[in-house]
Amino acid sequence: MITHPTATELLDGVIRFIEERAAPQLKDRDAFMCRVAVNALAAVKREIEQGPAAEAAAVERLRAILGRDGDFATLNTALSEGIQDGTIDPAAPQVMAHLHASIVDQVRIDQPNYAGLKTLEG
Amino acid sequence: MSDLESALNAVAGQLGGRSVTDLRRLSGGASQETWAFALDSGRPLILRRKPAGSDSPTGGQVTLAMEAALIQAAAKQGAPVPEVLYVSAPGSDIGEAYVMGRVEGETLGKRIAVGEAFVAVRPKLAFQCGQVLAQIHSIPLEGLPDLNRSSALGELDRFEDSYRRIGAKRPIFETAFRWLRERAPDLPEPVLVHGDFRNGNIMFQPDVGVAAVLDWELIHIGDPAEDMGWLCTASWRFSGRKPVGGFGDYEDLLAGYEAGGGTPIPLERVLYWQMLGSLKWGVMCLGMYTSFATGVDPSIERAMIGRRTSECEIDLMALLERAR
Repeated sequence: MITHPTATELLDGVIRFIEERAAPQLKDRDAFMCRVAVNALAAVKREIEQGPAAEAAAVERLRAILGRDGDFATLNTALSEGIQDGTIDPAAPQVMAHLHASIVDQVRIDQPNYAGLKTLEG
Repeated sequence: MSDLESALNAVAGQLGGRSVTDLRRLSGGASQETWAFALDSGRPLILRRKPAGSDSPTGGQVTLAMEAALIQAAAKQGAPVPEVLYVSAPGSDIGEAYVMGRVEGETLGKRIAVGEAFVAVRPKLAFQCGQVLAQIHSIPLEGLPDLNRSSALGELDRFEDSYRRIGAKRPIFETAFRWLRERAPDLPEPVLVHGDFRNGNIMFQPDVGVAAVLDWELIHIGDPAEDMGWLCTASWRFSGRKPVGGFGDYEDLLAGYEAGGGTPIPLERVLYWQMLGSLKWGVMCLGMYTSFATGVDPSIERAMIGRRTSECEIDLMALLERAR
């Protein structure tokens, strides 16, 4: 939406500053927390880039499963509660396919190097 | 000289020396302190001590005296454990604590799962872990202190309660809770379960393999497959590709267990507890996020552990698909 710079350009700049200038000044626990902070910013960047498409696709799948409209939070809550109270069978192929696609999209944002992601990507 | 050093000097004779030296704090969680020191003879020792003024153990933890007694019971079965030299009573100068020999070795999960130093011994580790679990599970229950008992349904109740209180809506967790409840195994012969037997809590040496089993504070009575499933839980593979701790195969773990005298356990039952392990760790990750969100621990590290919940969910999904 906003450009010159975009949000991801700002994040790139902050990450570069931390890694090149700030991180070398730190040691022990602070150095560790600095790496965690950079990881957090990188996750935010991936979420900005990939999150909207992942959420839109999830909403499409949830509409088909639940036969109703709504935003992601509403539909995701309905699916969770339907599985919990037994009115939705999580083993149904359509539901399994949704859970599979959703968690692959989420781990691509949260931890793209996680070994379990490659397992599910096939 | 610190009060603790004086108190340790006073019992040096019972540890096999005349005095102690090089006392230093290694780490300290809220529940236990760990100190390193040496005898005048040079023998390196470890002190595990309850911090003064801390409350009684919670969340199923055993007291340090019980922990020491159970380590000694495991040693009697031949399990590789540190040698317990001295147990100190609550209210004494040292406080509630015990002293054990320091074992040399590696506990960093990633080095064990993929590091160069362990290339030669790595193929033996899963079998050895099976043998060691068989030894721990053979500890006679008679005469043991009063321990917690766990069952699959009991664990599901406990962790579902935590999950509901957090209020997150995670359809994969809902699916896993349902799936595991519908298939909860009966508890056959209950055994002594280590409770935290995973890569990271086992000390390995490149020349021999398993050197010592550590972190006994979650020991309880339950299903022997619980320990095997926790060892195989994907969160403890540290970049390793193999299912047992990142370093070994199921077949070797099960074969080692049988060779060690354990009653054979079907792979399906290990996979059941492995799935429960991913679910438990996922709920714990959510709980750590909660401590960030409520301000109890506002560090970014806590928040980012919350983002690891999805790792547990993707592992659960793989197990659910495998089981179809």
